[in-house]
Order: sequence, then C-alpha cells, then structure tokens
Amino acid sequence: MTTALELKNISVAFDRLKIIDAITFALREGDIGCLLGPSGCGKTTLLRTIAGFETPFEGEVWIRGVRVSDNKHLVPVEQRQVGMVFQDYALFPHMTVKQNIAFGLQDFKGHLREVRISELVELLEIGEFLYKYPHRLSGGQQQRVALARAIASRPRILLLDEPFASMDITLREQLAKDVRNILKQDGITAVLVSHNQFEAFAMADIVGVINEGRLLQWDTAFNLYHRPATSYVADFIGEGVFLSGSVTGDREVHTELGVITGAMPLGLEQGTTVAVLIRPDDIIHDDMSELTARVTDKAFRGAEFLYTLALENGTRVLSLVPSHHNHPVNEDIGIRLEIDHLVVFPVR
Amino acid sequence: MSAAVEMLFSAIPAHSNLARHFYASALIFVSLILALPLFAVISSFLIPAPDIWQHLLDTVLKEYILNSLILMLGVGSLTLVLGIVPAWLVTMCHFPLSRTLEWALLLPLAIPAYIIAYTYTGILDASGPVQLFIRELTGWQYGEYVFPEVRSIGGAITMLSFVLYPYIYLISRAAFIEQSICALEVARTLGCGPYKTFFRVALPLARPAIIVGLSLVLMETLADYGTVQYFGIATFTTGIFRTWFGLGSSAAAAQLSALLMLFIVVLIYLEYWSRKQQRYYHTSNRYSSLTQKKLRGRYAYFAFIFCVLPVLMGFLIPVFFLIKWALLTYQKVINQQFINLMLNSIVLAACAAVVATVLALFMAYGKRRMSGPLIRIAVNLSGMGYAIPGTVIAVGVMLPFAWLDKLIDGFFRAHFDYSTGLLLSGTLVALMFAYMARFLAVSLKTVDAGLAKIKPSMDEAGRSIGLNASALVRKVHMPMMRGSLLTAVLLVFVDVLKELPATLILRPFNFNTLAIRAYELANEERLADAACPSLAIVLIAIIPVIYLSRSISMSRPGHDYSP
Repeated sequence: MTTALELKNISVAFDRLKIIDAITFALREGDIGCLLGPSGCGKTTLLRTIAGFETPFEGEVWIRGVRVSDNKHLVPVEQRQVGMVFQDYALFPHMTVKQNIAFGLQDFKGHLREVRISELVELLEIGEFLYKYPHRLSGGQQQRVALARAIASRPRILLLDEPFASMDITLREQLAKDVRNILKQDGITAVLVSHNQFEAFAMADIVGVINEGRLLQWDTAFNLYHRPATSYVADFIGEGVFLSGSVTGDREVHTELGVITGAMPLGLEQGTTVAVLIRPDDIIHDDMSELTARVTDKAFRGAEFLYTLALENGTRVLSLVPSHHNHPVNEDIGIRLEIDHLVVFPVR
Repeated sequence: MSAAVEMLFSAIPAHSNLARHFYASALIFVSLILALPLFAVISSFLIPAPDIWQHLLDTVLKEYILNSLILMLGVGSLTLVLGIVPAWLVTMCHFPLSRTLEWALLLPLAIPAYIIAYTYTGILDASGPVQLFIRELTGWQYGEYVFPEVRSIGGAITMLSFVLYPYIYLISRAAFIEQSICALEVARTLGCGPYKTFFRVALPLARPAIIVGLSLVLMETLADYGTVQYFGIATFTTGIFRTWFGLGSSAAAAQLSALLMLFIVVLIYLEYWSRKQQRYYHTSNRYSSLTQKKLRGRYAYFAFIFCVLPVLMGFLIPVFFLIKWALLTYQKVINQQFINLMLNSIVLAACAAVVATVLALFMAYGKRRMSGPLIRIAVNLSGMGYAIPGTVIAVGVMLPFAWLDKLIDGFFRAHFDYSTGLLLSGTLVALMFAYMARFLAVSLKTVDAGLAKIKPSMDEAGRSIGLNASALVRKVHMPMMRGSLLTAVLLVFVDVLKELPATLILRPFNFNTLAIRAYELANEERLADAACPSLAIVLIAIIPVIYLSRSISMSRPGHDYSP
C-alpha cells in the first residue's frame, strides 16, 4: 500500500505562538486516521494545515507523493483536491441538495456528472431530499449531504472537522460507524478531528493523540489503551488510576496491591519509583480473595458497576464489576489483580 | 428617561386587564395618528381633480415617471458597484490602508445628498476651480471646450450614488463577514479560486442582504428633493411641490404623492421579502478565523484605488471645499442670525429626537408585554415612515391639519364670532408631527433591538430574586438599554437636522434651520455662503457615523487581525 498523506516535522504558529510543534505521521491509502485531543490542543489547526488554509513555518505536507506545503511554497487550497466536511457542514443555503453536491463536479462532463450524483445518492441514501434546500433538512441529513459534496469529485484525501460535534450524543457512535462504512466502500483516505475517543475508535483505523500541539502517539486504538506511550495518553484514553510502585526486577513491580509482573520498558533500574497504570478492568471482584478494598463510590452503567475503591492506605482505584454484584457504599469487597498489559512510567 | 421606562414597564400589572386594555388602545391610537399622513395621501383619490390631472398627464407626468426610473436605475447600479466591491476587498484582502478604509468608506453617510450637490456644483460649474484651472492651463475661453454639466440627471445619479453607496457597503460587508467563514472555505476545497468563489458563492449568499440595502437606497433616491430640485430635474418630489405651490392644487399634489407611494410599496415589499430570505441564507454560527489575502503589486494598487475613490468623491473632496469656502465666508455669514439658525436646528432636532425615542419606548414595551395581531400591525404601521418621502409626509400632514383648522375656525366663527385662523398648520406642532411620522421608524428599530437583548427570562430571573418592577428597570433594563436609547436619540437628531423637504413645506413662517438656509443660499447661487450652514450640518451628522465606524472596526467576529 502506498502512502496517501505524510506530514514531516510540521510546526504552525499564530503571532509567534506555536500551535503545532513538530508533528510527523503518515497515513496509508484507504486508511482513516483520527486526530484526537482536548479542545485547544491544535488538532483543527493541523487539519487546516493539511487542507492548505494555514501555512506551516517549518516542515512539509505531502499528499500522494506531491509536496503541497512547506514554509516557502503553498499549493492553493483549490488545487489540492482535498475534500473537507466542516463541523457545521457549511452547506450552501442558496442551492438545493443536488446543486450543492454538483458544485464540486465542474470538471465532470454532463453525463458523468449525473452518473456520479446517482452513485452518491445510492451510497448516502439522500435520494428523497435531493431537490430540497438545506434549511429543510435535519442535522443527520445535512451531514450526509456535506459528506456527499466533499467526496463527489473523488478527492485525494478527505478531511473531517469534528463531523459529529453537532449531533445528538447518543447517535454519534452509530453515525461514526456508518460514515466509516461509506468511506471504506468508496475507498477514501480520510483524516478526522475529534475530541471524543469513542467516536475516534468507532471510525478510525489509526488514532493520533495530540496535546498542546504535540503528537504523543500515532497508533491503533487497542495500543493507545493498552500500550500508551506517555502518561498523558494513558490518562486521556479510557479510565484508570496510577499506583505508585517500585521496580524489583526485569519484569516485576512491587505495589501495595502486590507484585505485578509483565513486560516493562527497558533500562529501569531496580528500586526506581514508577507509576503503574491500573485500568478498571484490571481489578476483578472476587469474593474469595483475601485482598479487600472499601467501596467509596459507585456508578451504575447498566451491565456493570464502576466502583471506586479505597485501598488500606487510602489510595483509590477503579473496578468494573458485573452489575449483579451490588454492594453498598462502605462495604469491604474482595478484589484480585489481573493485568494483561503492564504499563509503567518512571516518576520524575 | 429612566422614569419613562419605569412607568411603561409597570404600566401593565400582570393581572390588570383594564390597564392592559388601556395601554393597548393607547398604542393603537398613537399608531393610527402617526399613519394619518399615509391615509390622507391615499384617500386623496376620493377628491376629484380632473383638470389638473389632465394637465399633468399631457405634460409632465411621463417625465416624472421616466426621470424617477432613470434615477433609480442609475443610482441602483452605481451604488451596487461602489458598495459591494470595496466591501469584498476590505473583508477578504489586505492592502495599503485597508484597515482605515474599512471604516472610512462609511463617511459619506454624514453628507446629505443636497449638500454634496451644492458643493460639486460649486466645484465644477463654469466659475468653479476646476474649469478655472482648465482655462488657465489652456488659455481657452468658456464655451470653447466640452465639460460635462453637473446639473443633469447624470450628475444627480453621481451625487446620490456617492452618498448612498454606504448602505450597500455596510450591509454587504456584514453579509460577507458572516458567511465568509466556512462556506467560502468549502468552495475552495471544491476547487474554486478567489473569483469563482466570489461569483458562485459569496455574492449569491449575500444577495438577500444586498437587496435590502438596495431597496433602502432606492427609497432614499425617490425621497430626494434637494438634489433634483437644484439640478432642475422633474421627478415626483419636485412635481409634488410644483403642483401644490405652482398650480395650487393640493388634491392633485396628494394624488401624485399616492402615485409615488406605489413605487415605494414595491420597494417595501422587496425589502420585506429579502429580509425573509435572509433567514434561510444563514450559513453558520461558527466563526473560524478569516485569513485575509495580502495583495501585492498592481492588485494592491487597484484595490486601493477602488476603495479610496468613493471616500474621496463622497467625503474628502466635498468636505475640503466646504471648509475652504467656510473659511472664506464665515466673517460675513456667521452673525446673530446664524447663531439663531443653529439654535433653532438643534432645539428642534433634540426635541424631535427625545419625543421619538419616548414614543419608540412606548411602542416597543407595548409589543413586548402584549401580543396579538392588532398590536403587531399597529407597531409595524408606525415603523413604516422611513420609506415615505418627506415631501409625501408633508403633504399628508398638511391636508388633515388644514381640514382640522378650518373646522375649528368655522366652529369658533359660528358660535363666538371669532376667527382662530391657522391653529395647527404652519406651526411647529405640524412639523414635529411630520418628523414623528417619518423618523419614529428609526428610533423604534433601535429601541426594539436594544429591548430584544433583554430576554424575558432575565425579567423572570430578576423577579425571582425579589426585584420589583422599578428595581428591575433600574438595575437590569436601563443599564442594558442605555446604549440603544442614546443611539436612537442620536440617529433621529441627525436625521431631523438633515431633513429638507418636509421642513421646507411645514415650517412656521420665518422659522429657519441650517438645512433650509443652505437650501436658500444655494438657490440664490451663493454657493460659497452656503458652505457654513452645510458644514455645520456635516459636522453634526458625522458623530453617529464615527460611532458606527468605531463599532465596525472593533467588531469582526472570527477575525484574527488585532490592531
């Protein structure tokens, strides 16, 4: 597979303030990448740099083997052949759905244009409101039209800026899956920006966690959760707490929950103080266990309870427990550690 | 004014039906009274004036209509170009002085059309500096060269366009800023360059807004009296004057006014329809930063020329000559009489402004506290005046007032053998009434907008923490409304100060204002002497324009430029 998009050491600044700091990653053709991070982390600026709206002061952007941005030359947005879906869709209110979609099809000859439109109508199921104006459509319908417009002319890459942000929160994950299926069917390479990890996991093949302008990890969702590269990623993705521990061997850490074994980063000397990531699914409730902890808080999540437990010395951990184990607050319950992926960070 | 608001607010206790009915009736009554000129003009068709009509039809009516249409077409197209292009350039591009021009393009709003007409006539006629310079340079005599005549319909179109284009500029700039955000970026990702983006997306998106601006420009064009009168162009407004005072037929003048109103109604409908369209043309509530394109070389040069030209022609040149002539003539012109003139103008405008704002408060609070179609129609009716030319309003005020005077006089003669003469017509009461009928719309719009910022939930929040009506007004409404009230007073003040035709017709005998004096001096061909009163008007009229400019240069949503 070839590389569709490559960012080399991109830095962007506004008024001398660095927004994006030396970001490098590559996306293979047909893959969907997601830039994930809290608001204000610079992810939208990065997306706009790929589109060509912002100029990097350092680094290069390559789309399909063509250098489109560096600090001297900038291929204008309109010549990059990128499709973009904006957060609020930005449909042209003075055009019907069909005219909106046909807007980017100027270079398609009459017959081909009709063929492409009918393909999109089928792919996105927008036939029933093809001749309506955008203000008469629901949010979901508008989003489909915006997507159709963006992919109509078969852009070399599709960019989506928080595409689900104005959607009902309960619909987001399903919509993300739907959009993913559509993009996969059409073989489109895409980058989306999101602050919601579930949305990102549902849609993307590969996710980049960004904080304060830096790309912390560019990896699959599974690895972000189980093999976070930094403590920020560990904290940002999923739930969990850090337990203090000390290294006692090559594959061994001693914590107040006992000795934990597993693969660890090399070069940690014995006796080093480390933070060990404990996910809620690492702590199993077991009535037989001798190790106990006190329930200090609980949140009902349907199939499971998320218990907050206090260990003997007051440290708090989380545990995900099937919801037929209903224990009141202040009760001591038995727990057991079951860690598949040991994640430790040296404490500085 | 706080007391007035407080009174209005507490005038409708939540559960008193009597008070509510009283307020509603008063509101409807006031709006009907203010619409009286309109009714008078329209009902004038009931009074037959066949001879005059035949005469008008045979001679000048065709010319009135034709000239008015030519003016509308000319001013309409010229203001569109002069307004839209600079609006686009200053919004999207960066070039020398573009930040300054962004607000300076509004300056011509401060100059009434008749003043710019007088000034350019002074500059360009046979004895003016331009032709003098040509003669000195070439040694030709007057008549040996061709020079365009400023006192022509072309001249009138140019004059009106250079002071009216800011309406289009203002509204299209706002439209461009509002839309520019995502829709334009989408167009670019879909392969449109700057020109295509402008013509395929930006312009069509701004169209409803631009049509609103255009209809306002055309209303002003139809309402103009000073310019066309001075240039000797026969239009409806000059025709109405001529028919009334020349032919002595008030009925025919009123009927001409009614005919003119047909044009206006079309424009009002156009404006109303476009405003409705505008709602659907809203693209986004989200403002991302708009990066301006830096123009270089000849592009920057052309953009600069195109944006500086309207400011130069519509403001800098006329003001320069006004100042020059004022310096030449002030010793002769500024005397006790001039000071009286100034006082008359200011007192008159200030009274009208305060009354109009209080009336607007009365209407706006009524609309806020009471619903129902009757109230809505009543409020809308009193907001119609802005569209009606001053000449028409004057005719519409004269007719019922004269009738009323005659009635009163007749009654006193019959019962007391005493003639009251003209009690109302030809007094300041009639003039003030005409100002209200025309300018209430201005204050009403401003006050309404200010009041709309105070959400009903704020009233409820205030009440729930124990504020009574008067405390609510003092602590919530007044602080939030102060700006709007001040703006309303200022806008009406300036409008009244600039107003010419209605003042000319309705003023009491020997009562003069700055506008009237400028008009009289210009018509006596004493253009240099007219500079002092004209300049006084411009200097006062520029205050709200500066105010507007400032808010413009500061309010740019989503713009990353910081001065």
